[in-house]
Amino acid sequence: MSVFINKESRVIYQGFTGQHATFHAEEAIKHGTNIVGGVTPGKGGTTHLDRPVFDTVSDAVKETGANVSGIFVPPQFAADAILEAVEAGIKVIVVIADGIPVQDMVKVKRYLIGHDSIIIGPNTAGVITPNECKVGIMPANIYIPGRIGVVSRSGTLNYEAVAQMTALGHGQSTSVGIGGDPINGCNFVQVLDAFNNDPDTDAVVLIGEIGGTQEVDAAIWAKENMNKPIIGFIAGVSAPPGRRMGHAGAIISGEADTAVAKMDRMEELGIHVVRNPADIGSTVDRVIKQ
Amino acid sequence: MDIHEHQTKELIKSYGVPVPEGRVADSETIAGMIAEEIGGDRWVIKAQIHAGGRGKGGGVQIANSVEEVRKHADCIIGSHLITPQTSKEGKLVQRVLIEQAQDIKKEFYLGFVIDRTKQRITVIASASGGMDIEEVAKADPSKVIREPVDPAIGLPEFQCRKIAARIGLTGPLMPQAVKLMRALYRCFRDKSALMVEINPLAIVGDNKLVALDAKMSFDSNAVHRYADITNYRDFDEEDPKEVEASGHGLNYIALDGNVGCIVNGAGLAMATMDAIALHNGRPANFLDVGGGASPEKIANAFHIVLKDPNVKVILLNIFAGINRCDWVATGVVQAMKVQKIHEPVIVRLSGTNVELGQKILDESGLPFIIAKDLDEAARKSVEALSTLKTKEAVA
Repeated sequence: MSVFINKESRVIYQGFTGQHATFHAEEAIKHGTNIVGGVTPGKGGTTHLDRPVFDTVSDAVKETGANVSGIFVPPQFAADAILEAVEAGIKVIVVIADGIPVQDMVKVKRYLIGHDSIIIGPNTAGVITPNECKVGIMPANIYIPGRIGVVSRSGTLNYEAVAQMTALGHGQSTSVGIGGDPINGCNFVQVLDAFNNDPDTDAVVLIGEIGGTQEVDAAIWAKENMNKPIIGFIAGVSAPPGRRMGHAGAIISGEADTAVAKMDRMEELGIHVVRNPADIGSTVDRVIKQ
Repeated sequence: MDIHEHQTKELIKSYGVPVPEGRVADSETIAGMIAEEIGGDRWVIKAQIHAGGRGKGGGVQIANSVEEVRKHADCIIGSHLITPQTSKEGKLVQRVLIEQAQDIKKEFYLGFVIDRTKQRITVIASASGGMDIEEVAKADPSKVIREPVDPAIGLPEFQCRKIAARIGLTGPLMPQAVKLMRALYRCFRDKSALMVEINPLAIVGDNKLVALDAKMSFDSNAVHRYADITNYRDFDEEDPKEVEASGHGLNYIALDGNVGCIVNGAGLAMATMDAIALHNGRPANFLDVGGGASPEKIANAFHIVLKDPNVKVILLNIFAGINRCDWVATGVVQAMKVQKIHEPVIVRLSGTNVELGQKILDESGLPFIIAKDLDEAARKSVEALSTLKTKEAVA
């Protein structure tokens, strides 16, 4: 078992024939992902990587039964691509694009009401269920199958945490990047909920950042609802207030936004907080063996 | 992207938000001419910089004659204005806004932001105008009204009436407030803004609502859609190193330490800074090289980091997914040779093509300090610093 994606997932790529999409689709196929086709408007009827290309997502869904989409179109067109996937009934939409205008996402989130799609991202490295399905840009070789769920805002910090865990033999059930933007699809709570309901996940690693209240909201929710341990880390203890640290969402705009304030609050709420980013793997090891 | 007060006023006026009659001047002579042109017998002279609290630093003055307008303009233009929001050195003022002074009866606060929790554009309003809204909210949250806007229908009149009534804009003021809020919303939506703040929004003279001060900031991911907003960008207000970095596709923020950092990914970049701090070191910067970093991009990153004279040691931490360690290593070797870097360079490579990258570093014969993981990288950076200090002390 796993969350969001597995070997049964039928995956399409939007922006399929582009350079990045092609490279990452090839990597995903090597990893065992069932990519059933792709969408590039204007190239419908052709084939790419031995798979059919469609003009629209609804054509792709009708012909291939696709239920997961990886969106690889540039940020300026990404919101439209998400709307198209939602309208076509895709269940899990993974949005890699970094730089989607915030107000575009406000509209997307409004449109999502009444639809049962899950959006992962934007500005995410993607989702991977090791050796089953990979929709994203992460290096697959650091992930091994296992029983730890991982959820993070940052991509490369996710790799860092996963590599530490894998080195100690702790594999991942699924690793989810919710993305570094201020308005994202799936939040920490939704991912924790999914892991909580997954019989093959024993514990969850949650990696957050300065800015916003998502991590603390998740810790509050977890105290009431979660029956599995959570190991948490927040990046940005040394970040100055008022400056956006790379990610559009990573900006300290109030006292509750600082990394220390968030980690203190999470600790009070029962999360196993890691203060040193180099200790994520060893903390997982300790918590699992308790 | 932030813009100046006079630019914000020009923009919102074009949508129908009433602002005082005024214009911007870059010299005392022009300031005097503007005062004569716009007429009246009292004027305000306001320094145009991207920082709040200008009044506290002497950047807002009242003049009772054209002669006084010139005098104040002369004092302010070319000065370094220090406000609670600037550095100790202050900010160079290049322009002032000259406006007719208003007869203020009462002040309010009106702003739009994007609320991350509600994931909506949200109106913020208060009857306590002219003050820092965050302070007002802290002292008495009930004095600050928040109304999220449904993007499917926009800001309807009833919602504007509700907001107006709750901050006391009633009677003949209510229709003015409704019109003003809807105009401001259209502007905010049309230009993909992230924040607009009218503080104060004032009742002046004969019961007229006017935006006395206004500031606005835009989404850097959307501004290229709007030529008028792009033209408002003022490079003089930005750190030249950060401007140069963004030109190379690098995300750089200067800090005050001495360990230069070059990392891929914002989260890992912050975690790297944190790891340095845990070993009692101080990061000199945040720098995210992003995905798909070519050798040239890495070399540019070294160039920018080393422009900071405080940098004594450089830590390169790359966990390659979409990136390639061999390209990164090629870039590092290139930078070391071409830029003749003498500072100790600590390198930690992981992920895609790490063996190839390691080989390039080994074969270069250059004195890199190799670290196998994040903790070792941070520790070795701080150790390299103390070794340098010992050497300096001996010398």
